[in-house]
Amino acid sequence: MATRLKDTDVVIIGLGAVGGVAALPLAQAGLEVIGLEAGTWLTRRDFAPDELRNNYRGWPQAVQKANQEIPTSRATASSPTGPRGNLHPMQNAVGGTSLHYWAQSWRLNPWDFKVVSETKRRYGASRIPKGSTVEDWPFGLDELEPYYDKVEYEVGVSGQAGNIGGKIDPRGNPFEGVRKRAYPMPPLRGNEFLEKMASAARTIGWSPFPGPAAVNSRSYQNRSGCMYHGFCNRGGCHVDAKNSTAVTTIPRAQATGHLKVVTRAHVTTIEVDGDGRTTGVNYVTDGVEYFQPAKVVLLASFTYENARLLLLSKSKAYPNGLSNNHKQVGRHYFSHHQGAGVTALFPFNLNSWYGLPAQGVAVDNWADDNFDHSGLDFIGGGNLWVYSDRRPIGAAGMSTFGRVPNWGSAWKAFIKENADRSNSAYLQKSTLPYEDNFLDLDPVVKDPLGYPVCRVTAEYKDNERKIAAFIQDKMEQWYREAGAVAIQRAPVGGAMGVSTHAYGGTRMGDNPDTNVVDRWGFSHEAPNLGVLGASVMGTSGARNPTLTAQALAWRTAEHLAKNWNAISAGSRRPSVL
Amino acid sequence: MTFISRRDLLKRAAVVGAAAVPANAGRPFQGRHDEPDDEPERLALRETALHGEAMAPREPLENLTAAEADLVEAIVARLIPTDANGPGATEARAAHYIDRALGGALASSRQTYTSGLAALDKYSRSSRGKPFTELSATDQDSILIDVETGAATGFTGSSAAFFNLVLNHTHQGTFGDPYYGGNANFTGWDLVGYPGIRTMVTAADQQRLEKKDLRSNHKSAYDYEAFTKATAQNRSRRSPHKEGA
Repeated sequence: MATRLKDTDVVIIGLGAVGGVAALPLAQAGLEVIGLEAGTWLTRRDFAPDELRNNYRGWPQAVQKANQEIPTSRATASSPTGPRGNLHPMQNAVGGTSLHYWAQSWRLNPWDFKVVSETKRRYGASRIPKGSTVEDWPFGLDELEPYYDKVEYEVGVSGQAGNIGGKIDPRGNPFEGVRKRAYPMPPLRGNEFLEKMASAARTIGWSPFPGPAAVNSRSYQNRSGCMYHGFCNRGGCHVDAKNSTAVTTIPRAQATGHLKVVTRAHVTTIEVDGDGRTTGVNYVTDGVEYFQPAKVVLLASFTYENARLLLLSKSKAYPNGLSNNHKQVGRHYFSHHQGAGVTALFPFNLNSWYGLPAQGVAVDNWADDNFDHSGLDFIGGGNLWVYSDRRPIGAAGMSTFGRVPNWGSAWKAFIKENADRSNSAYLQKSTLPYEDNFLDLDPVVKDPLGYPVCRVTAEYKDNERKIAAFIQDKMEQWYREAGAVAIQRAPVGGAMGVSTHAYGGTRMGDNPDTNVVDRWGFSHEAPNLGVLGASVMGTSGARNPTLTAQALAWRTAEHLAKNWNAISAGSRRPSVL
Repeated sequence: MTFISRRDLLKRAAVVGAAAVPANAGRPFQGRHDEPDDEPERLALRETALHGEAMAPREPLENLTAAEADLVEAIVARLIPTDANGPGATEARAAHYIDRALGGALASSRQTYTSGLAALDKYSRSSRGKPFTELSATDQDSILIDVETGAATGFTGSSAAFFNLVLNHTHQGTFGDPYYGGNANFTGWDLVGYPGIRTMVTAADQQRLEKKDLRSNHKSAYDYEAFTKATAQNRSRRSPHKEGA
């Protein structure tokens, strides 16, 4: 029998990138918040610059919960389940994966919110890919702009604005939507190779710019600027210059006296009453069960676990899982098409040993609808990102471009000469949701507590594959302009698999028949249940999701604080089929 | 530390014939009883590899049997050979890294090593008439090519998978942080030109790097007091079930 704990106003499941943000406006509004986190606190002492540990052994990890719940995956409902990964893309800790992520902090572009209406307007309805369930967001970029701004300043983002109040600044992204003001910090520094790439882009008439990063380019909020030591990729920051929620919004929320952080809390289910309102959360710590009652529940784990926890929380009111009477939980899932990379070999050293994946140069000319698609057979595009990031084991594993075998004396001579001469671009492509791509519970594989893990059934469709081939051409052109002597392209993608950029499953929208949460992030069915994270996003854009998920989280939390009485009373009756 | 210049090396290699490196050239950790004999190329290579330092005997094995360890030493010596381009996986003590890691972070691969190494040696005997460690370098390479391409018989599953596993672990043991028992004397980092672990790299440092004026500092992450060592150690000693690895 679970121990019933003292009631609270809000319980947040997961204190990571989004839960950690939402806690702040709630605590500042004076609501009593309990943050349940499966992991523990990690500190700068835990973040050794150790490639083996960070990039090959899945460190840092506070606890191993996520790694015991790795989703299974298959391409389609009729294909066999693929081999299961041995590391979860996310980690448990206070601050979650924002502790060791790449920290690229992009706003979406205006088109990403209106893919359907803009495509119809410009090219006709026939250009929406067949089988796609994509919808316009229930609002445009203008609605989210104040929240992007809020998070950029609260968390701290370095970058170069491209469009302040409609005035285009050529040093920034000319395609970005209107922003109210500049970033709180200038962009991270460049280097010789990045300058060379930027110059090459200008030569071919493109608009290069430094990308935005939740990494301090100088001292900010009494924390250090970046030390460029080269272990940011899946590594935590030894000087707290990476702006995870563990060093920004969470301690600020704690300082109000209204946030209580509970670590090592492994949430198993969300409870509801007979009317379908959530009443609290069950969790386990060291085998002991607790029930944390709350007036409002905010679900803020990762996309896979958000869908999974809803599907596991079955009740009389929700026999198919919480908030799933419309059978939309797990639908409209997609993971970002980040694969299909392009790798270049240069005839000179790039000096990339001391850099970070968020330190780079971007080109947005071929993203979204920033170019005319009239004569093309796809919609959307990709962001081209060239960055400075290299460590020795990874360098030794570089492509040999078909010139030598992968071992032996010839290989050794090759890497001795070329270990610092290759660069791989990060190409993020617009990716859409489709009818037959979805998340559900695996019928066989269970976690150590006996709960089924999430199962991914998803593959990239023609539209994504066509973007990939198109973007690879552009990337090759850019590398060659900068002097690359050899190019290697990765295959353009099949099964989606398990990803760090996972979207949907609890999509946001006005129509309860096709969306799990409303425009504010609250369940269409359980009125005092909010969902945070990229699982509410209906499109990906061509860039990293975290800042958008954080802006949405702030907006949901602010909406809750402003409408506390109505939402906490659960005044809306659950809709029943 | 300074290596003999590349030009000197090439001169020596030319004298002895670069292709004539014997199979056991890169195995200085066999103990004093197995000191190099009078093969001139071996002496030259040893001098190059160890730049005057006394050779250490092999550490007590933690997981592999002595026969398995000999086999692993012989394999890694071909994957990243000791040659005209300087020391390789042998001097980096990649085999020592693998032996240690098989009791910790790589424990889930222990069984694969047992069966894979046995299959490799059996394949060597049946197809080339000798145990792997007694073959010439050329014959060892031809065996490894068979294993790499999946042509070798007698393996549980694909021999290519076993090859890739060993190659990846050899990279880890040669280019990973020396804390884990490999990359001895920063052999691997010097090979790829990595200038060493730093906790701060200023814009001026980056410019020095770009002007080829930033020398390697030969530091491990754990030479810095700021980082907790216990975490890495504990993790590598935990049971594989708890690691999910």
